[in-house]
Amino acid sequence: MVPTIYYVFLSGVLFIIGVLGVLVRRNALVVFMSIELMLNSANLALVSFAQARQSLGGQILVFFVITVAAAEVAVGLALLVTIFGTKRTTDIDEISTLRG
Amino acid sequence: MELVVFIISAAVAILGAGAMVLSKNAIHSALFLLLNLGAIAVLYLLLRAPFLFAIQLIVYAGAIIVLFLFAVMLLGAERAEDERDRIAWQRPVALVMGLLLLAETIYVIFFAPRASVLATANSGGGEDFGAPIHIGEALFSVYLLPFELTSVILLAAIVGVVVLHRREQQSRGAE
Repeated sequence: MVPTIYYVFLSGVLFIIGVLGVLVRRNALVVFMSIELMLNSANLALVSFAQARQSLGGQILVFFVITVAAAEVAVGLALLVTIFGTKRTTDIDEISTLRG
Repeated sequence: MELVVFIISAAVAILGAGAMVLSKNAIHSALFLLLNLGAIAVLYLLLRAPFLFAIQLIVYAGAIIVLFLFAVMLLGAERAEDERDRIAWQRPVALVMGLLLLAETIYVIFFAPRASVLATANSGGGEDFGAPIHIGEALFSVYLLPFELTSVILLAAIVGVVVLHRREQQSRGAE
């Protein structure tokens, strides 16, 4: 069996790569993908804890996280398309005002 | 044997994530994210969570990646970052902060006094732990309320997307 701590460490590394993606990239779509990456790394930690404790709660929570992530991606991409309609860019440095 | 599978999938996951952040073309980023999600799905299988393995492949690798690719191609955002960075100093700062976060994670995981769950290697347990039938039973008994709330969230997302699109059409009509 693989020790739980390896999974948690992998999850931490993936989370940090996601954080770096959010901080460094300027393309709003790639920033979005990095957020998905962070959600996934948290899911991985949750599943490994569920396995370590032999309790189903962690897996159920991951199920809900995946559902909410799907809804979030749908709304977020719709927002991006709307912003693109007025600003004609997906560079987040250009989108610095709240006006539509 | 399991450790070998773990190391291979972990390496693929980290490589995919790194390449996603580093690649210039947003389409390549989406495909590297797909690679990463596939590797994590293999890890779910290794953790005896076949239901989540299927959900991960269907929802993430199927629906969400397709949505991303669709949006990237629709907006023509493959190369949105070709022009010069106006706040270039924030990139090294971000790297330093990321490394700090990594150091913190390593400290917390490997050196700080930790809970017993992390210290113990995960015991094998029942083979059918996390089987779809058990998840279904839990989902429709103990977790029934959150399950129903999820449907409200999905409905809100659908309504939100439709409203956003309608307003865009109206503003175009007014111009």
